[in-house]
Amino acid sequence: MDIHEYQAKQILAKYGINVPVGDIAYQTHEAERVAKWLDEDVMVVKAQIHAGDRGKAGGVKIVRSVQEAVEAADDMFGMRLVTPQTGPQGEKVHRVYIEAGCDIADELYFCVLNGRDANGITVIASTEGGMEIEEVAEKTPEKILRINLAPGVELQPHHARKLSYDLGLKGKTARAARKLMMNVFRAFYDLDATLIEINPLALTNAGDIVAIDCKMSFDDDALYRHKDIEELRDDAEIDPLELEAARHDLNYVKLTGNIGLMVNGAGLSMATMDIIKQFGGKPANFLDVSGAATPERVAAAFKLIYSDPDVKGILVNIFGGMMRCDSIAEGLVSAAREVGLGKPLVVRLEGTNVKLGRKILEGSGLPIESVKGMAEAAEKIVNAVKKAA
Amino acid sequence: MAVLITPETKVICQGLTGSQGTFHSEQAIKYGTNMVGGVTPEKGATSHLDLPVFDTVAEAVAKTGANASGVFVPPEFAADAILEAVEAGLDLVVCITDGIPVRDMQRVKREMHGRKTRLVGPNCSGVITPGVGKIGIMPGYVHSPGKIGVISRSGTLSYETAMQTSNLGLGQSTVIGIGGDLVSGTNFVDALELFLDDPDTAGIIMIGEIGGTIEIEAAEFVKSWNRKKPVAAFIAGAAAPPGRRLGHAGAIVSSGMETAEAKKEALRSAGVRVAESIVEIGESMRDALKG
Repeated sequence: MDIHEYQAKQILAKYGINVPVGDIAYQTHEAERVAKWLDEDVMVVKAQIHAGDRGKAGGVKIVRSVQEAVEAADDMFGMRLVTPQTGPQGEKVHRVYIEAGCDIADELYFCVLNGRDANGITVIASTEGGMEIEEVAEKTPEKILRINLAPGVELQPHHARKLSYDLGLKGKTARAARKLMMNVFRAFYDLDATLIEINPLALTNAGDIVAIDCKMSFDDDALYRHKDIEELRDDAEIDPLELEAARHDLNYVKLTGNIGLMVNGAGLSMATMDIIKQFGGKPANFLDVSGAATPERVAAAFKLIYSDPDVKGILVNIFGGMMRCDSIAEGLVSAAREVGLGKPLVVRLEGTNVKLGRKILEGSGLPIESVKGMAEAAEKIVNAVKKAA
Repeated sequence: MAVLITPETKVICQGLTGSQGTFHSEQAIKYGTNMVGGVTPEKGATSHLDLPVFDTVAEAVAKTGANASGVFVPPEFAADAILEAVEAGLDLVVCITDGIPVRDMQRVKREMHGRKTRLVGPNCSGVITPGVGKIGIMPGYVHSPGKIGVISRSGTLSYETAMQTSNLGLGQSTVIGIGGDLVSGTNFVDALELFLDDPDTAGIIMIGEIGGTIEIEAAEFVKSWNRKKPVAAFIAGAAAPPGRRLGHAGAIVSSGMETAEAKKEALRSAGVRVAESIVEIGESMRDALKG
């Protein structure tokens, strides 16, 4: 689960990390109240969306008066910000954060994340803050400092010392940086975060260290023990179809194509997308109904895909395994009847009671094409959608 | 003599009395697995599915001589269940549970270091030696005894693979579902090592996915072999769009090696026969066996 920058900063502050003073606004008059309360010569107005690179897209404005702050916030509300991380449709701005400007002397980068294959936690620091870290890694890989911790091992003071020396920090600043690293790690560990990225991490002219921007993500599987984090979820940031899917415990991701897919298992879902692409089609979604594909969940998933106006045809690919194909077929037929099936539907069922399942599909009187193989299924749906277009 | 599950394997189920544990243990017994008991705290000295239930794994081991376990407990208790099985000295622990917090599994990894127990999973379909026994959630009937070792991150794709190799008359020595989680007990290299040493395994199929780099490490491992066994592979996710990322750091951790194309290329250069589609994996294996 992702949270907003201002929420991440509130968490950092709780862990003793310096962040600029600020507050959130949902409407223009609230922005005015916040700016008046801050009463700073320089303030920063920042659109809150769950994606980075907001600056270039107009989501971050430096202002020098309450009036300017109000105008900047007013412009941002309702705006669709398109950044390299949002996709072409952009993200709508519902919340604007206003904070005090910071007297920045230098910008660093600091990040704690779960390293995929090391199986432990990875800590990354760089003197090249304020830039995209991917770019730094590509152009000047020697400027990426990294510590791969063994599984279950926590960041130790000696790690922080080494990083502070390697960053070229001295005296009070080095001490402040080490304290920050240990505190960020503590937050990461305590809260079951999967990513805490501070970029830039500012060195001020007074020698302080301040987190200027922060992204945080959390382990969905651990939210049950962090109710306070779970409350930070912002449903407005999630696609409405994805929200509906989550309500039915379906693993759904909206994509840009026109063939709706319903598959069980993430691996089979991906392999089905691959084979659709090989036949020249484009999937409209990824949908994994997962292990317990009950008739009710199959029906809910089918209706969800069917309701997507981008979907011009549907392919169902279920390897029943422990599930009985006849009950899957029954769920499908009743959902198809309910929606009045006006789009091509190809179904490939495999597994227990498969013959009975196919018989139910064929005997339904609905225009359902029941096929035996995955390749045949992909080819049929791609052609059907092409013909309908 | 296959790997992991052999006729000497005596299996207990942790979480036997729960709905998942009950259903899949019933299936395992029907399949002929040597199930000797189950563990559910507070339900010791009772019986379930005609199997004795114990309060602790240690007691189950002492009374039944069990050497393997299937973990079917809810995610919040799964790490503890795995560690209990490790402490009890089991040879094999197969954890089916999906949704265990990453931090818990990192702790499990550390605690298991230097211990003799092999963990398969979590979030996996389990392990089956066709005709001998199974610990997991896979449908037994698509498998048949034979000579192909299968290693898969995905459960459903391992069923597809089993069905294809069964239909081609190759069969499987053992199928290992290694699972799809960030932190897991057994990776491709571990499983390849097992099959390489197994005289009953003539060829190996690897089913990988986008994300992570365990397939790349597997390719390097295959390249280093002195005694060869033919390997065929499929990598799912070539058509998956890169997911929306919150931060940038994920991409630099593995430096571009997480894509399907990078993995396929690494495997090809190690002499692995790569199937472009899952429907071709059985034939790819058959062709690789011909050399």
